[in-house]
Amino acid sequence: MSSIIEVTRVSKSYGGVIANKDVSMAVKQGGITGLIGPNGSGKTTLFNSIVGYHPVDSGSIKFEGQEISEKPVQEIARLGLIRTFQQTRIYGAMNCVENMLISLPHRKMKFLESFNRNGEGDYEKTDRLLEFVGLYEKRFLTAGSLSFGQQKLLEFAMALMNEPAALLLDEPTAGINPTLINGLIDRLKRANSEFGITLFVIEHNMRVIMNMAEKIYCLAHGEMLAEGTPEDIQNDQRVIDAYLGAH
Amino acid sequence: MKSKKLSFYGILVAIIIIAPFVFPSFSTQLATLWLMIIVAMTWDMTGGQMGYNSLGNIFFYGTGMYVAAVITIAIPFDVGEYNNAFGGGIYKFTDTQYFLGVFLGILGAGLFCSICAVLIGFVTFGLRGPYFAIGTLGVAIAAGELVSNWEWIGGGQGISLPVFPYDLDLGKTFFYFLYAVTGVSLFVFLKWLYSTRFGAAINAIRDDEEKAEAMGIHTLRYKLTTWSMSAFFIGVVGGISAFQLIHFEPLETAYQTINLGIFMVVCVLLGGKGTLWGPIIGAIVFHVFKEVTWNYLLGWQWVALGALIVITVVYFKDGIMGGLMRSKPEWFNSDAENRAQAGADS
Repeated sequence: MSSIIEVTRVSKSYGGVIANKDVSMAVKQGGITGLIGPNGSGKTTLFNSIVGYHPVDSGSIKFEGQEISEKPVQEIARLGLIRTFQQTRIYGAMNCVENMLISLPHRKMKFLESFNRNGEGDYEKTDRLLEFVGLYEKRFLTAGSLSFGQQKLLEFAMALMNEPAALLLDEPTAGINPTLINGLIDRLKRANSEFGITLFVIEHNMRVIMNMAEKIYCLAHGEMLAEGTPEDIQNDQRVIDAYLGAH
Repeated sequence: MKSKKLSFYGILVAIIIIAPFVFPSFSTQLATLWLMIIVAMTWDMTGGQMGYNSLGNIFFYGTGMYVAAVITIAIPFDVGEYNNAFGGGIYKFTDTQYFLGVFLGILGAGLFCSICAVLIGFVTFGLRGPYFAIGTLGVAIAAGELVSNWEWIGGGQGISLPVFPYDLDLGKTFFYFLYAVTGVSLFVFLKWLYSTRFGAAINAIRDDEEKAEAMGIHTLRYKLTTWSMSAFFIGVVGGISAFQLIHFEPLETAYQTINLGIFMVVCVLLGGKGTLWGPIIGAIVFHVFKEVTWNYLLGWQWVALGALIVITVVYFKDGIMGGLMRSKPEWFNSDAENRAQAGADS
Protein backbone atom coordinates (compact mmCIF):
# COMPACT_ATOMS: atom_id res chain seq x y z
CA MET A 1 0.00 0.00 0.00
CA SER A 2 1.17 3.52 -0.77
CA SER A 3 1.36 6.43 1.62
CA ILE A 4 -1.40 9.03 1.68
CA ILE A 5 0.54 11.49 3.84
CA GLU A 6 4.31 11.78 3.51
CA VAL A 7 6.30 13.99 5.85
CA THR A 8 9.94 14.48 4.89
CA ARG A 9 12.53 16.15 7.15
CA VAL A 10 10.12 18.71 8.59
CA SER A 11 11.48 21.23 11.10
CA LYS A 12 9.55 23.85 13.02
CA SER A 13 10.71 26.10 15.80
CA TYR A 14 9.03 28.79 17.86
CA GLY A 15 11.72 31.36 18.54
CA GLY A 16 14.47 29.38 20.20
CA VAL A 17 12.28 26.39 21.03
CA ILE A 18 12.67 23.60 18.51
CA ALA A 19 9.31 21.83 18.34
CA ASN A 20 10.05 19.51 15.42
CA LYS A 21 13.48 18.67 14.08
CA ASP A 22 13.98 16.71 10.86
CA VAL A 23 10.84 14.66 11.37
CA SER A 24 10.03 12.15 8.64
CA MET A 25 7.08 9.79 8.63
CA ALA A 26 4.39 8.35 6.42
CA VAL A 27 0.73 7.46 6.86
CA LYS A 28 -0.38 4.42 4.90
CA GLN A 29 -3.38 4.65 2.65
CA GLY A 30 -6.32 2.88 4.24
CA GLY A 31 -4.54 2.07 7.49
CA ILE A 32 -4.52 3.33 11.07
CA THR A 33 -1.34 5.08 12.08
CA GLY A 34 -0.58 6.27 15.59
CA LEU A 35 1.60 9.06 16.93
CA ILE A 36 2.70 8.97 20.55
CA GLY A 37 5.18 10.82 22.68
CA PRO A 38 5.49 12.41 26.10
CA ASN A 39 3.97 15.83 26.77
CA GLY A 40 5.73 18.57 24.87
CA SER A 41 7.37 16.22 22.40
CA GLY A 42 5.95 18.06 19.38
CA LYS A 43 3.00 15.87 18.39
CA THR A 44 0.46 18.65 18.07
CA THR A 45 2.99 20.89 16.31
CA LEU A 46 3.49 18.17 13.71
CA PHE A 47 -0.27 17.78 13.39
CA ASN A 48 -0.76 21.50 12.91
CA SER A 49 2.01 21.60 10.30
CA ILE A 50 0.27 18.87 8.33
CA VAL A 51 -3.15 20.52 8.36
CA GLY A 52 -1.71 23.94 7.54
CA TYR A 53 -2.16 25.94 10.74
CA HIS A 54 1.35 27.29 10.48
CA PRO A 55 4.11 27.18 7.88
CA VAL A 56 7.02 24.81 8.41
CA ASP A 57 10.59 26.10 8.55
CA SER A 58 11.91 23.42 6.21
CA GLY A 59 11.00 20.05 4.80
CA SER A 60 8.10 18.82 2.73
CA ILE A 61 4.61 17.48 3.46
CA LYS A 62 2.73 15.65 0.75
CA PHE A 63 -0.89 14.53 0.67
CA GLU A 64 -1.79 12.09 -2.09
CA GLY A 65 1.45 13.07 -3.80
CA GLN A 66 0.64 16.80 -3.73
CA GLU A 67 2.84 19.25 -1.82
CA ILE A 68 0.69 20.87 0.90
CA SER A 69 3.20 22.48 3.25
CA GLU A 70 2.53 25.93 1.74
CA LYS A 71 -1.25 25.65 1.63
CA PRO A 72 -3.66 27.26 4.14
CA VAL A 73 -6.08 25.26 6.30
CA GLN A 74 -9.18 25.56 4.11
CA GLU A 75 -7.44 24.37 0.97
CA ILE A 76 -5.98 21.35 2.70
CA ALA A 77 -9.36 20.52 4.21
CA ARG A 78 -10.88 20.74 0.75
CA LEU A 79 -8.44 18.11 -0.50
CA GLY A 80 -10.11 15.72 1.92
CA LEU A 81 -7.72 15.90 4.86
CA ILE A 82 -9.90 16.64 7.88
CA ARG A 83 -8.87 17.00 11.52
CA THR A 84 -10.65 16.96 14.85
CA PHE A 85 -9.56 19.18 17.71
CA GLN A 86 -8.07 18.27 21.06
CA GLN A 87 -10.39 20.82 22.65
CA THR A 88 -13.54 19.66 20.89
CA ARG A 89 -15.05 22.16 18.48
CA ILE A 90 -18.70 21.86 17.62
CA TYR A 91 -21.33 24.51 16.88
CA GLY A 92 -22.71 24.76 20.41
CA ALA A 93 -25.89 26.72 19.74
CA MET A 94 -27.21 24.30 17.12
CA ASN A 95 -28.65 20.85 17.66
CA CYS A 96 -26.83 17.68 16.62
CA VAL A 97 -28.70 17.28 13.35
CA GLU A 98 -27.85 20.84 12.29
CA ASN A 99 -24.23 20.27 13.25
CA MET A 100 -24.18 17.22 11.02
CA LEU A 101 -25.86 18.91 8.06
CA ILE A 102 -23.37 21.77 8.11
CA SER A 103 -20.60 19.21 7.88
CA LEU A 104 -21.71 17.97 4.49
CA PRO A 105 -18.68 18.02 2.20
CA HIS A 106 -18.87 21.49 0.67
CA ARG A 107 -15.76 20.73 -1.35
CA LYS A 108 -17.79 18.28 -3.42
CA MET A 109 -20.51 20.85 -4.14
CA LYS A 110 -20.52 23.28 -7.00
CA PHE A 111 -21.15 26.86 -5.90
CA LEU A 112 -24.78 26.83 -7.01
CA GLU A 113 -25.41 23.52 -5.28
CA SER A 114 -24.79 25.24 -1.97
CA PHE A 115 -28.11 27.03 -2.58
CA ASN A 116 -29.99 23.73 -2.48
CA ARG A 117 -31.87 22.58 0.55
CA ASN A 118 -30.69 19.44 2.25
CA GLY A 119 -32.14 16.41 0.54
CA GLU A 120 -33.69 13.23 1.86
CA GLY A 121 -30.35 11.47 1.47
CA ASP A 122 -28.60 14.04 3.67
CA TYR A 123 -31.07 13.49 6.50
CA GLU A 124 -30.77 9.72 6.18
CA LYS A 125 -27.01 9.94 6.28
CA THR A 126 -27.23 12.17 9.36
CA ASP A 127 -29.48 9.71 11.15
CA ARG A 128 -27.28 6.77 10.18
CA LEU A 129 -24.08 8.40 11.42
CA LEU A 130 -25.66 9.66 14.64
CA GLU A 131 -26.90 6.14 15.21
CA PHE A 132 -23.37 4.92 14.49
CA VAL A 133 -21.83 7.05 17.25
CA GLY A 134 -24.79 6.46 19.57
CA LEU A 135 -26.20 9.98 19.65
CA TYR A 136 -29.43 9.33 17.74
CA GLU A 137 -31.61 9.69 20.85
CA LYS A 138 -30.05 13.08 21.59
CA ARG A 139 -30.18 14.45 18.06
CA PHE A 140 -32.44 17.42 18.86
CA LEU A 141 -30.48 18.59 21.90
CA THR A 142 -28.23 21.58 21.40
CA ALA A 143 -24.69 20.39 20.94
CA GLY A 144 -23.46 22.71 23.69
CA SER A 145 -25.61 20.89 26.27
CA LEU A 146 -23.98 17.50 25.59
CA SER A 147 -21.27 16.16 27.85
CA PHE A 148 -17.67 16.53 26.74
CA GLY A 149 -17.46 12.89 25.72
CA GLN A 150 -20.65 13.13 23.69
CA GLN A 151 -19.35 16.27 22.02
CA LYS A 152 -16.26 14.31 20.98
CA LEU A 153 -18.48 11.64 19.48
CA LEU A 154 -20.46 14.32 17.67
CA GLU A 155 -17.29 15.88 16.31
CA PHE A 156 -16.22 12.44 15.11
CA ALA A 157 -19.59 11.90 13.42
CA MET A 158 -19.30 15.36 11.80
CA ALA A 159 -15.90 14.42 10.45
CA LEU A 160 -17.35 11.20 8.97
CA MET A 161 -20.18 13.24 7.43
CA ASN A 162 -17.51 15.16 5.54
CA GLU A 163 -16.36 11.95 3.79
CA PRO A 164 -12.66 12.66 4.26
CA ALA A 165 -9.92 10.72 2.51
CA ALA A 166 -7.87 10.90 5.68
CA LEU A 167 -8.90 11.87 9.18
CA LEU A 168 -6.47 13.27 11.74
CA LEU A 169 -7.66 12.75 15.29
CA ASP A 170 -6.06 14.73 18.10
CA GLU A 171 -6.45 12.66 21.27
CA PRO A 172 -9.89 11.20 20.53
CA THR A 173 -10.22 9.51 23.92
CA ALA A 174 -8.95 12.30 26.18
CA GLY A 175 -11.60 13.22 28.73
CA ILE A 176 -13.87 10.33 27.82
CA ASN A 177 -15.36 8.04 30.41
CA PRO A 178 -13.33 4.74 30.44
CA THR A 179 -16.43 2.65 29.72
CA LEU A 180 -17.10 4.69 26.58
CA ILE A 181 -13.53 4.25 25.37
CA ASN A 182 -13.98 0.63 24.24
CA GLY A 183 -16.98 1.68 22.20
CA LEU A 184 -14.99 4.50 20.66
CA ILE A 185 -12.08 2.23 19.70
CA ASP A 186 -14.56 -0.07 18.05
CA ARG A 187 -16.14 2.80 16.11
CA LEU A 188 -12.81 4.19 14.99
CA LYS A 189 -11.83 0.76 13.70
CA ARG A 190 -15.15 0.40 11.91
CA ALA A 191 -14.83 3.86 10.36
CA ASN A 192 -11.53 2.63 8.99
CA SER A 193 -12.70 -0.74 7.76
CA GLU A 194 -16.27 0.05 6.69
CA PHE A 195 -15.93 3.59 5.33
CA GLY A 196 -12.34 3.15 4.15
CA ILE A 197 -11.08 6.29 5.88
CA THR A 198 -7.38 6.48 6.63
CA LEU A 199 -6.84 7.39 10.28
CA PHE A 200 -3.91 9.17 11.83
CA VAL A 201 -4.28 9.36 15.59
CA ILE A 202 -2.44 11.21 18.35
CA GLU A 203 -3.11 9.37 21.56
CA HIS A 204 -1.90 9.38 25.14
CA ASN A 205 -3.77 6.30 26.19
CA MET A 206 -1.37 3.44 25.44
CA ARG A 207 -4.02 0.75 25.66
CA VAL A 208 -6.09 2.52 23.01
CA ILE A 209 -3.29 3.12 20.53
CA MET A 210 -1.77 -0.35 20.94
CA ASN A 211 -5.19 -1.85 20.23
CA MET A 212 -5.86 0.17 17.16
CA ALA A 213 -2.83 1.19 15.19
CA GLU A 214 -0.94 -0.92 12.70
CA LYS A 215 2.05 1.34 12.83
CA ILE A 216 3.16 3.72 15.54
CA TYR A 217 5.59 6.63 15.53
CA CYS A 218 7.05 7.94 18.75
CA LEU A 219 8.27 11.52 19.10
CA ALA A 220 10.49 12.80 21.89
CA HIS A 221 11.97 16.28 22.23
CA GLY A 222 10.79 17.11 18.72
CA GLU A 223 12.67 14.25 17.08
CA MET A 224 11.45 10.93 15.74
CA LEU A 225 12.56 8.47 18.35
CA ALA A 226 11.15 5.18 17.14
CA GLU A 227 8.74 3.68 14.66
CA GLY A 228 7.29 0.23 14.19
CA THR A 229 4.44 -2.09 15.03
CA PRO A 230 2.82 -1.81 18.47
CA GLU A 231 4.96 -4.74 19.69
CA ASP A 232 8.18 -3.10 18.50
CA ILE A 233 7.26 0.13 20.27
CA GLN A 234 6.26 -1.60 23.49
CA ASN A 235 9.59 -3.39 23.61
CA ASP A 236 11.72 -0.43 22.60
CA GLN A 237 13.89 0.61 25.54
CA ARG A 238 14.28 4.18 24.17
CA VAL A 239 10.49 4.70 24.17
CA ILE A 240 10.19 3.44 27.73
CA ASP A 241 13.03 5.72 28.82
CA ALA A 242 11.46 8.72 27.10
CA TYR A 243 8.17 8.18 28.90
CA LEU A 244 9.85 7.63 32.25
CA GLY A 245 12.00 10.70 31.81
CA ALA A 246 15.40 9.01 31.53
CA HIS A 247 16.12 10.77 28.28
CA MET B 1 -50.99 24.51 10.09
CA LYS B 2 -50.10 25.32 6.51
CA SER B 3 -53.37 27.14 5.80
CA LYS B 4 -52.91 29.13 9.01
CA LYS B 5 -49.54 30.30 7.75
CA LEU B 6 -50.92 31.14 4.33
CA SER B 7 -53.75 33.23 5.74
CA PHE B 8 -51.26 35.02 8.02
CA TYR B 9 -49.14 36.02 5.05
CA GLY B 10 -52.27 36.86 3.06
CA ILE B 11 -53.48 39.29 5.71
CA LEU B 12 -50.01 40.79 5.95
CA VAL B 13 -49.83 41.44 2.22
CA ALA B 14 -53.33 42.95 2.31
CA ILE B 15 -52.29 45.33 5.10
CA ILE B 16 -49.17 46.32 3.16
CA ILE B 17 -51.24 47.12 0.07
CA ILE B 18 -54.08 48.96 1.84
CA ALA B 19 -51.99 50.94 4.37
CA PRO B 20 -51.06 53.98 2.21
CA PHE B 21 -54.70 54.40 1.09
CA VAL B 22 -56.16 54.13 4.59
CA PHE B 23 -53.58 56.50 6.07
CA PRO B 24 -52.68 58.76 3.12
CA SER B 25 -51.09 61.38 5.37
CA PHE B 26 -48.71 58.74 6.73
CA SER B 27 -47.55 57.30 3.42
CA THR B 28 -44.12 58.97 3.55
CA GLN B 29 -43.82 57.94 7.18
CA LEU B 30 -44.65 54.35 6.23
CA ALA B 31 -42.17 54.48 3.37
CA THR B 32 -39.46 55.47 5.86
CA LEU B 33 -40.54 52.55 8.04
CA TRP B 34 -39.97 50.24 5.07
CA LEU B 35 -36.54 51.76 4.61
CA MET B 36 -35.70 50.94 8.24
CA ILE B 37 -37.04 47.40 7.90
CA ILE B 38 -35.03 46.74 4.75
CA VAL B 39 -31.73 48.10 6.04
CA ALA B 40 -32.22 46.20 9.31
CA MET B 41 -32.81 42.93 7.43
CA THR B 42 -29.77 43.47 5.22
CA TRP B 43 -27.61 44.31 8.23
CA ASP B 44 -28.73 41.11 9.92
CA MET B 45 -27.53 39.02 6.97
CA THR B 46 -23.92 39.68 7.90
CA GLY B 47 -24.27 40.89 11.50
CA GLY B 48 -26.78 38.35 12.76
CA GLN B 49 -26.50 35.32 10.52
CA MET B 50 -22.80 35.44 9.71
CA GLY B 51 -21.37 37.09 12.82
CA TYR B 52 -19.66 39.97 11.00
CA ASN B 53 -20.82 43.22 12.59
CA SER B 54 -20.41 45.83 9.92
CA LEU B 55 -20.73 49.48 10.90
CA GLY B 56 -20.13 50.56 7.33
CA ASN B 57 -23.20 49.22 5.53
CA ILE B 58 -24.34 52.83 5.18
CA PHE B 59 -21.61 53.06 2.54
CA PHE B 60 -23.83 51.05 0.20
CA TYR B 61 -26.82 53.26 0.97
CA GLY B 62 -24.93 56.42 0.05
CA THR B 63 -23.25 54.86 -2.94
CA GLY B 64 -26.62 53.57 -4.15
CA MET B 65 -28.00 57.13 -4.00
CA TYR B 66 -25.15 58.55 -6.04
CA VAL B 67 -25.11 55.76 -8.61
CA ALA B 68 -28.86 56.04 -9.17
CA ALA B 69 -28.63 59.82 -9.51
CA VAL B 70 -25.66 59.76 -11.87
CA ILE B 71 -27.32 57.17 -14.13
CA THR B 72 -30.53 59.20 -14.28
CA ILE B 73 -28.70 62.42 -15.15
CA ALA B 74 -26.35 60.75 -17.58
CA ILE B 75 -29.20 59.48 -19.77
CA PRO B 76 -30.12 62.96 -21.14
CA PHE B 77 -27.38 65.31 -19.88
CA ASP B 78 -23.70 65.77 -19.10
CA VAL B 79 -23.22 64.88 -15.42
CA GLY B 80 -20.46 67.36 -14.55
CA GLU B 81 -22.23 70.26 -16.25
CA TYR B 82 -25.58 69.41 -14.62
CA ASN B 83 -24.13 69.21 -11.12
CA ASN B 84 -22.16 72.43 -11.42
CA ALA B 85 -24.86 74.59 -13.00
CA PHE B 86 -25.89 76.05 -9.59
CA GLY B 87 -29.28 77.02 -10.91
CA GLY B 88 -27.73 78.59 -14.01
CA GLY B 89 -29.00 76.06 -16.51
CA ILE B 90 -32.44 74.72 -17.19
CA TYR B 91 -32.67 70.97 -17.25
CA LYS B 92 -36.03 69.39 -17.92
CA PHE B 93 -36.57 65.66 -17.82
CA THR B 94 -39.33 64.12 -19.92
CA ASP B 95 -41.54 61.51 -18.23
CA THR B 96 -39.83 58.73 -20.16
CA GLN B 97 -36.38 59.97 -19.14
CA TYR B 98 -37.50 60.15 -15.51
CA PHE B 99 -38.96 56.67 -15.28
CA LEU B 100 -36.17 55.13 -17.31
CA GLY B 101 -33.80 56.81 -14.86
CA VAL B 102 -35.70 55.44 -11.86
CA PHE B 103 -35.67 51.92 -13.26
CA LEU B 104 -32.07 51.80 -14.52
CA GLY B 105 -30.76 53.92 -11.66
CA ILE B 106 -32.15 51.69 -8.91
CA LEU B 107 -31.04 48.50 -10.64
CA GLY B 108 -27.61 49.95 -11.41
CA ALA B 109 -27.26 51.12 -7.79
CA GLY B 110 -27.88 47.59 -6.53
CA LEU B 111 -25.46 45.97 -8.96
CA PHE B 112 -22.74 48.56 -8.42
CA CYS B 113 -22.99 48.12 -4.64
CA SER B 114 -22.75 44.31 -4.92
CA ILE B 115 -19.53 44.68 -6.88
CA CYS B 116 -18.20 47.20 -4.34
CA ALA B 117 -18.98 44.75 -1.53
CA VAL B 118 -16.91 42.04 -3.17
CA LEU B 119 -13.96 44.37 -3.75
CA ILE B 120 -14.05 45.91 -0.26
CA GLY B 121 -14.74 42.50 1.25
CA PHE B 122 -11.47 41.10 -0.09
CA VAL B 123 -9.70 43.55 2.21
CA THR B 124 -12.05 43.90 5.18
CA PHE B 125 -12.88 40.20 5.63
CA GLY B 126 -9.28 39.75 6.66
CA LEU B 127 -10.38 41.52 9.85
CA ARG B 128 -12.34 39.81 12.62
CA GLY B 129 -14.69 40.93 15.38
CA PRO B 130 -14.42 44.60 16.42
CA TYR B 131 -11.67 45.22 13.88
CA PHE B 132 -14.09 44.38 11.08
CA ALA B 133 -16.65 46.80 12.56
CA ILE B 134 -14.10 49.64 12.76
CA GLY B 135 -12.61 48.82 9.36
CA THR B 136 -15.97 49.01 7.61
CA LEU B 137 -16.90 52.18 9.52
CA GLY B 138 -13.66 53.68 8.19
CA VAL B 139 -14.67 52.81 4.64
CA ALA B 140 -18.03 54.57 5.05
CA ILE B 141 -16.55 57.72 6.61
CA ALA B 142 -13.77 57.93 4.05
CA ALA B 143 -16.26 57.51 1.20
CA GLY B 144 -18.38 60.39 2.55
CA GLU B 145 -15.35 62.68 2.72
CA LEU B 146 -14.12 61.69 -0.73
CA VAL B 147 -17.49 62.19 -2.36
CA SER B 148 -17.96 65.59 -0.72
CA ASN B 149 -14.79 66.76 -2.48
CA TRP B 150 -15.66 65.36 -5.88
CA GLU B 151 -16.99 68.27 -7.95
CA TRP B 152 -18.19 66.13 -10.87
CA ILE B 153 -20.97 64.75 -8.67
CA GLY B 154 -21.70 68.00 -6.90
CA GLY B 155 -19.14 67.88 -4.06
CA GLY B 156 -20.46 69.03 -0.69
CA GLN B 157 -23.53 70.51 -2.39
CA GLY B 158 -24.90 67.11 -3.24
CA ILE B 159 -27.19 66.36 -6.17
CA SER B 160 -30.69 67.56 -7.01
CA LEU B 161 -32.86 65.17 -8.95
CA PRO B 162 -36.05 65.93 -10.88
CA VAL B 163 -39.35 65.87 -8.99
CA PHE B 164 -41.91 63.13 -9.55
CA PRO B 165 -43.61 64.26 -12.79
CA TYR B 166 -47.26 63.70 -11.77
CA ASP B 167 -49.37 64.59 -8.73
CA LEU B 168 -47.18 64.63 -5.59
CA ASP B 169 -49.58 62.46 -3.56
CA LEU B 170 -49.37 59.87 -6.29
CA GLY B 171 -45.59 60.20 -5.99
CA LYS B 172 -45.73 59.37 -2.30
CA THR B 173 -47.71 56.23 -3.01
CA PHE B 174 -45.35 55.37 -5.85
CA PHE B 175 -42.31 55.49 -3.55
CA TYR B 176 -44.14 53.63 -0.81
CA PHE B 177 -44.75 50.75 -3.20
CA LEU B 178 -41.19 50.79 -4.53
CA TYR B 179 -39.99 50.24 -0.97
CA ALA B 180 -42.73 47.72 -0.20
CA VAL B 181 -41.96 45.58 -3.24
CA THR B 182 -38.24 45.65 -2.40
CA GLY B 183 -38.97 44.76 1.23
CA VAL B 184 -41.30 41.88 0.43
CA SER B 185 -38.86 40.52 -2.17
CA LEU B 186 -36.05 40.73 0.35
CA PHE B 187 -38.14 38.89 2.96
CA VAL B 188 -39.03 36.08 0.54
CA PHE B 189 -35.41 35.91 -0.62
CA LEU B 190 -34.07 35.65 2.95
CA LYS B 191 -36.69 33.12 4.01
CA TRP B 192 -35.47 30.92 1.18
CA LEU B 193 -31.77 31.68 1.64
CA TYR B 194 -31.76 30.81 5.35
CA SER B 195 -33.31 27.42 4.60
CA THR B 196 -30.54 26.38 2.21
CA ARG B 197 -27.12 24.86 2.83
CA PHE B 198 -25.73 28.32 2.16
CA GLY B 199 -27.66 29.66 5.16
CA ALA B 200 -26.33 26.87 7.33
CA ALA B 201 -22.79 27.55 6.16
CA ILE B 202 -22.88 31.24 7.10
CA ASN B 203 -24.31 30.25 10.51
CA ALA B 204 -21.32 27.93 10.88
CA ILE B 205 -19.00 30.85 10.12
CA ARG B 206 -20.72 32.86 12.85
CA ASP B 207 -20.53 30.09 15.46
CA ASP B 208 -16.95 28.94 14.86
CA GLU B 209 -15.15 30.17 11.79
CA GLU B 210 -12.01 28.18 12.49
CA LYS B 211 -13.98 24.97 12.68
CA ALA B 212 -15.81 25.86 9.48
CA GLU B 213 -12.46 26.35 7.74
CA ALA B 214 -11.16 23.07 9.11
CA MET B 215 -14.23 21.33 7.67
CA GLY B 216 -13.46 22.70 4.22
CA ILE B 217 -16.25 25.29 3.97
CA HIS B 218 -15.35 28.01 1.44
CA THR B 219 -15.49 30.71 4.11
CA LEU B 220 -14.24 33.70 2.12
CA ARG B 221 -16.45 32.89 -0.85
CA TYR B 222 -19.54 32.63 1.36
CA LYS B 223 -18.69 35.81 3.23
CA LEU B 224 -18.22 37.81 0.03
CA THR B 225 -21.43 36.42 -1.48
CA THR B 226 -23.49 37.23 1.61
CA TRP B 227 -22.17 40.76 1.87
CA SER B 228 -22.66 41.40 -1.80
CA MET B 229 -26.26 40.15 -1.68
CA SER B 230 -26.86 42.37 1.33
CA ALA B 231 -25.20 45.33 -0.45
CA PHE B 232 -27.44 44.83 -3.48
CA PHE B 233 -30.58 45.47 -1.45
CA ILE B 234 -29.09 48.40 0.46
CA GLY B 235 -27.99 49.90 -2.85
CA VAL B 236 -31.51 49.51 -4.19
CA VAL B 237 -33.13 51.30 -1.24
CA GLY B 238 -30.41 53.94 -1.45
CA GLY B 239 -31.45 54.48 -5.06
CA ILE B 240 -35.14 54.72 -4.13
CA SER B 241 -34.32 57.20 -1.35
CA ALA B 242 -32.45 59.41 -3.81
CA PHE B 243 -35.58 59.86 -5.93
CA GLN B 244 -37.84 60.16 -2.92
CA LEU B 245 -35.71 62.85 -1.22
CA ILE B 246 -35.13 64.73 -4.54
CA HIS B 247 -32.10 66.51 -3.08
CA PHE B 248 -29.34 64.87 -1.05
CA GLU B 249 -25.82 65.76 0.04
CA PRO B 250 -22.94 63.49 1.02
CA LEU B 251 -22.37 63.73 4.78
CA GLU B 252 -25.81 64.18 6.38
CA THR B 253 -27.99 62.28 3.92
CA ALA B 254 -26.03 59.82 1.82
CA TYR B 255 -23.20 58.60 4.08
CA GLN B 256 -25.05 59.33 7.34
CA THR B 257 -22.96 57.06 9.54
CA ILE B 258 -24.27 58.42 12.84
CA ASN B 259 -27.97 58.21 11.95
CA LEU B 260 -29.18 55.45 9.67
CA GLY B 261 -25.79 53.71 9.86
CA ILE B 262 -26.27 53.14 13.59
CA PHE B 263 -30.08 52.89 13.57
CA MET B 264 -29.96 49.74 11.45
CA VAL B 265 -27.72 48.06 14.02
CA VAL B 266 -29.95 49.16 16.90
CA CYS B 267 -33.08 47.86 15.11
CA VAL B 268 -31.52 44.43 14.77
CA LEU B 269 -30.25 44.32 18.35
CA LEU B 270 -33.68 45.37 19.59
CA GLY B 271 -35.55 42.81 17.49
CA GLY B 272 -33.11 39.92 17.86
CA LYS B 273 -29.97 39.09 15.93
CA GLY B 274 -29.86 36.13 13.60
CA THR B 275 -33.62 35.66 13.26
CA LEU B 276 -35.81 36.25 10.24
CA TRP B 277 -38.45 38.33 12.02
CA GLY B 278 -36.23 40.03 14.59
CA PRO B 279 -34.98 42.86 12.36
CA ILE B 280 -38.51 43.56 11.12
CA ILE B 281 -40.02 43.73 14.60
CA GLY B 282 -37.02 45.71 15.84
CA ALA B 283 -37.31 48.22 13.01
CA ILE B 284 -41.03 48.76 13.68
CA VAL B 285 -40.57 49.23 17.43
CA PHE B 286 -37.56 51.46 16.93
CA HIS B 287 -39.17 53.63 14.28
CA VAL B 288 -42.38 54.12 16.23
CA PHE B 289 -40.41 54.92 19.39
CA LYS B 290 -38.23 57.38 17.48
CA GLU B 291 -41.14 59.18 15.86
CA VAL B 292 -43.16 59.37 19.09
CA THR B 293 -40.26 60.83 21.05
CA TRP B 294 -39.50 63.28 18.23
CA ASN B 295 -43.11 64.48 18.46
CA TYR B 296 -43.82 64.49 22.17
CA LEU B 297 -40.41 64.69 23.87
CA LEU B 298 -38.77 67.24 21.62
CA GLY B 299 -35.45 68.31 23.08
CA TRP B 300 -35.10 64.99 24.88
CA GLN B 301 -35.44 62.75 21.84
CA TRP B 302 -31.74 61.85 21.61
CA VAL B 303 -31.65 61.13 25.33
CA ALA B 304 -34.66 58.83 25.02
CA LEU B 305 -33.10 57.11 22.02
CA GLY B 306 -29.83 56.68 23.90
CA ALA B 307 -31.71 55.22 26.86
CA LEU B 308 -33.48 52.77 24.54
CA ILE B 309 -30.13 51.63 23.12
CA VAL B 310 -28.59 51.23 26.58
CA ILE B 311 -31.60 49.30 27.91
CA THR B 312 -31.58 47.01 24.87
CA VAL B 313 -27.89 46.25 25.07
CA VAL B 314 -27.85 45.72 28.84
CA TYR B 315 -31.16 43.95 29.53
CA PHE B 316 -32.29 42.42 26.23
CA LYS B 317 -29.10 40.98 24.84
CA ASP B 318 -30.97 38.57 22.57
CA GLY B 319 -33.59 41.12 21.53
CA ILE B 320 -37.34 40.57 21.35
CA MET B 321 -37.22 37.44 19.17
CA GLY B 322 -34.22 36.01 21.03
CA GLY B 323 -36.10 36.43 24.32
CA LEU B 324 -39.18 34.72 22.87
CA MET B 325 -37.09 31.84 21.58
CA ARG B 326 -35.75 31.25 25.04
CA SER B 327 -39.04 31.50 26.90
CA LYS B 328 -41.13 29.64 24.27
CA PRO B 329 -38.77 27.21 22.57
CA GLU B 330 -41.69 25.04 21.40
CA TRP B 331 -42.74 27.82 18.99
CA PHE B 332 -39.47 27.61 17.12
CA ASN B 333 -38.86 24.05 15.98
CA SER B 334 -35.89 23.53 13.70
CA ASP B 335 -36.45 22.18 10.18
CA ALA B 336 -35.16 18.80 11.28
CA GLU B 337 -37.62 18.60 14.18
CA ASN B 338 -40.51 19.58 11.93
CA ARG B 339 -39.54 16.79 9.56
CA ALA B 340 -39.37 14.29 12.37
CA GLN B 341 -42.80 15.41 13.62
CA ALA B 342 -44.33 15.26 10.16
CA GLY B 343 -42.92 11.74 9.84
CA ALA B 344 -44.46 10.69 13.16
CA ASP B 345 -47.87 12.19 12.31
CA SER B 346 -48.29 10.54 8.94
